[in-house]
Amino acid sequence: MLQEIFAFEFMRNALLAALLSSVACGIIGTYVVVKKIGFISGGIAHTAFGGIGVGYYLGINPLLGVIPFSLAAALAIGLLSKKAKVAEDTAIGTFWAVGMAVGVICIGLKPGYAPDLFSYLFGNILTVPSFDLWMIMLLDLVIIVVVWLLSKEFLAISFDEEYAAVSGLKTTALYLLMLCLIALTVVVMVRVVGIVMVIALLTIPAAIARMLSRSLPGMMIRAVVLSAFFSICGLWLSCLLDIASGATIILVAGFFFLLAHAWRFVRTLPAASPGLS
Amino acid sequence: MKPPVIECDRLSVDLGGVRVLDGVTLSVGDGDFLGLVGPNGGGKTTLLRVILGLERFSAGRVMVFGGQPGSSPGRIGYVPQRLFFDREFPISVRDLVLMGRLSKKKLFQHYNRLDREVVDEAIHQAGVERLVERRIGDLSGGELQRALIARALAGEPELLLLDEPTASIDPQMKTTIYDLIERLKERLTIVLVTHDTALISRYVTKIATLNVTLELHEPDVTADRESLGVAATQKPVSLNS
Repeated sequence: MLQEIFAFEFMRNALLAALLSSVACGIIGTYVVVKKIGFISGGIAHTAFGGIGVGYYLGINPLLGVIPFSLAAALAIGLLSKKAKVAEDTAIGTFWAVGMAVGVICIGLKPGYAPDLFSYLFGNILTVPSFDLWMIMLLDLVIIVVVWLLSKEFLAISFDEEYAAVSGLKTTALYLLMLCLIALTVVVMVRVVGIVMVIALLTIPAAIARMLSRSLPGMMIRAVVLSAFFSICGLWLSCLLDIASGATIILVAGFFFLLAHAWRFVRTLPAASPGLS
Repeated sequence: MKPPVIECDRLSVDLGGVRVLDGVTLSVGDGDFLGLVGPNGGGKTTLLRVILGLERFSAGRVMVFGGQPGSSPGRIGYVPQRLFFDREFPISVRDLVLMGRLSKKKLFQHYNRLDREVVDEAIHQAGVERLVERRIGDLSGGELQRALIARALAGEPELLLLDEPTASIDPQMKTTIYDLIERLKERLTIVLVTHDTALISRYVTKIATLNVTLELHEPDVTADRESLGVAATQKPVSLNS
């Protein structure tokens, strides 16, 4: 069965896309979860839809439209909530909707029917072109290098932003950089699960990984592995049952999220011993 | 004679239209141990935050190590009153203490063996050796406080700012934390914010009450606790030792 599936190039590409996107997802998802910026990440992702619209209108690869758009969204949301006295959720909500609106108008302006638009909203891992695979790989590399270089700084601003500031770190600049990495991760994930469901794959593997980890690097590795596992499981199930791949991946992840919490709940039931870690 | 470590001259701070500090003049010299007492909302934490460069002031002048507040992060250790952190954050005590080396490192620089040696020493001084592998979410209040002191020490500071290190800690643990602070005062300049007027008067070289305005006392004057206007919360201790 497996051999038959991977005889097809699109299946091999799909598998590669799942594995490659899991790298970005697990690493950046870890920061999203420990810094509790899931909603910001959702805002960046949805604003990115504007980029897809613009890319589609200009007739270029929509992913190339998403990169500048999501980076701009990350910087704007971050700056608005940190510097201008705008409530964070207001800034996020505004960008979220405005980005979607720009996308819808751009697509409407382009004559003709946009058949593959659905796949950007909800993902279609089975149609990932080779060019996009190369781009995902490149973005993975950027994310790994930046996170490796700034691991101690990112840990500090995630855990205790005030102490990071007292230690002389430029916390706002680092935070904006972190949001930019989230934006790049969104670009990576668009092909796999689509804009609407990015948040789930960004947070669920990392959230489960946190339950099992004592350090940030440990959490990242576990999140990458879990993310790859969910993606491949979802991909396989979607082929088997002939259902939408992105949505199946999310359902698999959601199922394991519930399972992990149920397991923890049961484990702590009998007069929890204090040594439990 | 060395220049003062902290110098505040008619310092005023407004937060959201409310004057929190008004005309505070204060000088902390090298090797001093200043106890800062006063009611809640009296501006104690705000004063520390100004010294750290975290809070802007609206009038007056503040010099820390002869420069602007916040310009010498590597020389100051800070123990916050409460750490607002996620108890599920995956970080061990050792990694928390390692964070204290941050002010000594450049951007992109990773921690090296020297950092780890200094951290081990700080862990030893704060007496948290047996906790190093524990996740910080599993620590008790007193253990966490010691870990935070270790983090501050790991930066090899000359000035240590402690914000109510014994709040929400049981009395026995309090004494051990004060013993630790007493050992540290031999080599560090310390500013300690606290409610335990009775306990600290044995240790400090200067004591000041802060309630928007600051009043400086010599430690022996503090014998009369009532004159400080601070409700005695501790069991009676003979202060005229």
